[in-house]
Amino acid sequence: MPESAPSGQLDDRPSVPEQRGTDGPYLRVDDLRVRFDTEDGVVRAVDGVSFAVERGRTLGIVGESGSGKSVTSLAILGLHNPKRTTVSGEIHVGGRQLVGLPEAEVRRLRGRDMAMIFQDPLSALHPYYTVGKQIVEAYRVHHPRAGKREARQRAVDMLGRVGIPQPARRFDQYPHEFSGGMRQRAMIAMALVNDPDLLIADEPTTALDVTVQAQILDLLADLQAEFHSAIIMITHDLGVVSQVADDVLVMYGGRAVERGSVEQVLRRPQHPYTWGLLSSVPSLHGDADAELVPIRGNPPSLINLPPGCAFHPRCRYADRNGDRSRTEVPQLGPAGEDGHLVACHLSADDRTRLYAEDIAHVGVAR
Amino acid sequence: MSVETVEPLLRVRGLTKHFPVRSGFRNRSVVRAVDGLDFDVRPGETLGLVGESGCGKTTTGRMLVRLLEPTAGSIEFAGRDITHAGRRELRPLRQDLQIIFQDPYASLNPRHTVGRIVAMPLQVNGTNPPGGIKARVQELLELVGLNPEHYNRYPHEFSGGQRQRIGIARALALRPKLIVADEPVSALDVSIQAQVVNLLRDLQRDLGLAFVFIAHDLAVVRHFCQRVAVMYLGKIVEIGDRDDIYERPQHPYTRALLSAIPDVTKLGPAGRIRLAGDVPTPLDPPSGCRFRTRCWKAQDICATEEPALVSRDGGNQAAACHFPERGPVEATPGGQPAAAPAGRGAEPAGQGAEPAGTGAGVEEVSR
Repeated sequence: MPESAPSGQLDDRPSVPEQRGTDGPYLRVDDLRVRFDTEDGVVRAVDGVSFAVERGRTLGIVGESGSGKSVTSLAILGLHNPKRTTVSGEIHVGGRQLVGLPEAEVRRLRGRDMAMIFQDPLSALHPYYTVGKQIVEAYRVHHPRAGKREARQRAVDMLGRVGIPQPARRFDQYPHEFSGGMRQRAMIAMALVNDPDLLIADEPTTALDVTVQAQILDLLADLQAEFHSAIIMITHDLGVVSQVADDVLVMYGGRAVERGSVEQVLRRPQHPYTWGLLSSVPSLHGDADAELVPIRGNPPSLINLPPGCAFHPRCRYADRNGDRSRTEVPQLGPAGEDGHLVACHLSADDRTRLYAEDIAHVGVAR
Repeated sequence: MSVETVEPLLRVRGLTKHFPVRSGFRNRSVVRAVDGLDFDVRPGETLGLVGESGCGKTTTGRMLVRLLEPTAGSIEFAGRDITHAGRRELRPLRQDLQIIFQDPYASLNPRHTVGRIVAMPLQVNGTNPPGGIKARVQELLELVGLNPEHYNRYPHEFSGGQRQRIGIARALALRPKLIVADEPVSALDVSIQAQVVNLLRDLQRDLGLAFVFIAHDLAVVRHFCQRVAVMYLGKIVEIGDRDDIYERPQHPYTRALLSAIPDVTKLGPAGRIRLAGDVPTPLDPPSGCRFRTRCWKAQDICATEEPALVSRDGGNQAAACHFPERGPVEATPGGQPAAAPAGRGAEPAGQGAEPAGTGAGVEEVSR
């Protein structure tokens, strides 16, 4: 597919006016805030989140339902309804700042520079059109001069590339004729048809069986090695994160509570919420009769976030700093190691000691 | 299968469920959702039923509590054949045999208060607990970790984890001997999931309940079940004690399943056994061994002869395979990760048999 090589596409992009060179992170999100106005009040779905992803790297965003992880990804793609949503902060994709950009311009980038793989391929694919037609449409939106035959060839190539057998025959089939794993592959083909440099995968394997999940995760890794794209993997499954991510962002109540390399966050976690996640996951190894240590209580409502540290009502160590955790929002700051950040009022010494005493021997943290 | 002297509480033999489907004008065929299951559950024992979607585990669970009528086979509960028992015959048995559903949003009536939901089994069965129904309901709510004062609240006022607790309280109301739990924690967030798993474990231990625990998450099953049965396409391919299944699985499918689970304790790409393709359709399952179209050990005999679920060493572990594996998972298939070819190469497999729609074979991946 020489006509659609990434380099060719890069040429017709506007030159990067920013101070940073092209070798900076491909995606940079600064102080992103997303608010929805609802009848019940203002939902602060994302409340000041910052991160960056370089080409060829994978960022895993971890959190429970309502932590703001999916809202973050939709904000990057500009998919929120502007009438009901307030997005502020900065989102730089390939050097362009997207927040506040007119819809028409975002649309030009969406699908070409950045693409999304959704959780449920059955609702993301249109049941009325053949799979091939939907991929062709995604291609021709960004390649208006491409002929019918060329677009079809491109779509068949992509279907083959993502491991769909007999792609030319599959091209003319409808989504319901595909199995769950095949549908997810078709959606990946659609997302990749324009060689995007940024791929956002929102729980791409949650609806799939483990053996199919393993196939899809392998496929994404292979495609990333080939296209050198930046990937954001949104998931609640720490196992998936440990398998695919280079860096990890842990979200809670719309805020980032911990960020660092996968090694740092999963092996030397610093935030009590991350500890809680790790000690509550059942493992395939170790003592099967050991009790899991769940996090007490429930995730907070984003309309009525607890004051101070949003995690304090569920935190075993909230009382260690007097009233601080109830009155002051902890800022994401250095956790000790290079590049490792945590938003917690506990001192570094306390964190090290408590982790060693209470967590390190439990469950998968072991 | 086992040599224990205790009479099994639940005895399932040849359990089968075929769903008729009409495709086209005259064309009738059947979905072989469950095709001949044999297993026992002893009093106080937890049996995990694991497998991927479409393997028939939920259908099995629904047949056990008689929400579905079996096509063939028998279900014996506490020595009585309940396979085709009618409503009236079932009523006294319902007290001993309860179910917890997967979706805590769909399984509770939104128009009923929690008190009414939990009291319903007591009222339907005309049970009059000492101290009255309300006291018993509040006792149950407390038992599952809910505030007994929330008696008059409606389901929408509770979170997902709390709703699942309500479902558990309802299942416990009649002091059952066996609970069929169908994916009881898979709709919950991880931190909440652990709360509910711990609750079920405590209840199982304290009340001496037997469980048939249906789940696709093998790690959760490992933390809850003493015995595990692995299902594939309507059949049990392997059954045994927990540690045997997880540490020394014999069936290639069990090994592939365990190997495919991303493991938090290992960073980077893990697990080397990759099954190619998808599960074949239960409308027309492969001849012989149903797993052969995706199995890397398949030979001619696998297509012609169905392997029996038998124990190889006379122990509790039985695998339905002509070429069972031995030893820990890490040792399969053939060689160490370093020796596996980089990239993805499908090994030829399943000779003499046309795979159903998809490619056969297994890929060894190492990066």
